[in-house]
Amino acid sequence: MAGLWQENPVLRLLLGMCPTLAVTAAVKPALTMGLSVIFVLVCSNIVVSLMRNLLKSHLRILMFTLTIATFVTIADLFLKAFVPDMSETLGPYIPLIIVNCIIICRAEACASKNGVFISVIDAVGMGLGFTITLCVLAGVRELLATGKIAEQVVMPQAFVPWAAMGLPVGAFITLGLILALVNQVTKKQA
Amino acid sequence: MDRVMVLLMGFISIMIINNLVLTKFLGICPFLGVSGRLDMAFGMGCAVTFVVTLSGTLTWLIDHLILRPYGLQVMQYVSFILVIAGAVQLVEMYVRKFFPSLYESFGIFLPLITTNCAILGLCLFVNLWDVDNLPEAVVLSVGAGLGFTLAICIMAGIRENLKLADVPACLRGAPITLITAGILTLAFMGFAGMVR
Repeated sequence: MAGLWQENPVLRLLLGMCPTLAVTAAVKPALTMGLSVIFVLVCSNIVVSLMRNLLKSHLRILMFTLTIATFVTIADLFLKAFVPDMSETLGPYIPLIIVNCIIICRAEACASKNGVFISVIDAVGMGLGFTITLCVLAGVRELLATGKIAEQVVMPQAFVPWAAMGLPVGAFITLGLILALVNQVTKKQA
Repeated sequence: MDRVMVLLMGFISIMIINNLVLTKFLGICPFLGVSGRLDMAFGMGCAVTFVVTLSGTLTWLIDHLILRPYGLQVMQYVSFILVIAGAVQLVEMYVRKFFPSLYESFGIFLPLITTNCAILGLCLFVNLWDVDNLPEAVVLSVGAGLGFTLAICIMAGIRENLKLADVPACLRGAPITLITAGILTLAFMGFAGMVR
């Protein structure tokens, strides 16, 4: 379960930055994104781990991406069918899970060397780490940009929404500051 | 003449106003990873431009000639990623055979391009925007590649100078890079609304 903190994919390994920045304007899409990533990560880790002995090494990456692409298609169709609004908001970022480096990295570093059980645990840990980070980032941005969290008003009337936080600028700067905070905390622990 | 105008506008729009890196957050990983030195950034930019042009064109053709007539849109993602992986492999072999010195300097970037979200992202956007003729798809692909090169080179230039600055300890490395990128997007936002 190292994915939650010591090897948190976003905060420590700097993997999967694109969706992290793109979908975190509000909590709900961030959560949906996180859950889809957990689903794809778990499924692809299971499959990769099952077929790890059959793979030729030079075809490895290709097989990984194909496996991932299949599960992403499933997730995408599922979202389109059951939560069409959310699918609309996330747009192309759901298919972009295919090239999310977290998933390929875990397939390569963990699932292709370990059994199914370990791979699933690893996938869940990494996925949760990713989802939690995403939600924290989205929470901060949504709060500052609109004064709401998950569409519930929490800030007093006098609060002036800080529109820039909802724009790309806000994403980059918030993530930068969160990373700085994490660096600071780790240094104190060490 | 109108047609040329549309193409030109599309080109400028995707290169500067809808720059994939700075407004759509695509290709952030290499953008942060390889932007340490200007020459490496430029090499990466060139490689990406080439692959994105090739795969943007190919995926548009596949989508319109094979997938749509037969109602196979479900296969879109799988076939797109296959085309991109194939294109990267092709470029790698070609460059290694005919330009060995260039291959040396690209090094590990070439295989990394497969997982560059800017490329898959562009292929998906081209389809999302319902681009219905080939020239437009090609122009958009080239523009996206050049936009990526532009962004990564500006970033590398800034980071080279940043080495001389006195950055607080906890901000060193990734955090300050992200904040710089944020300010850069602010600058690029100035172009918004210039072209539809």
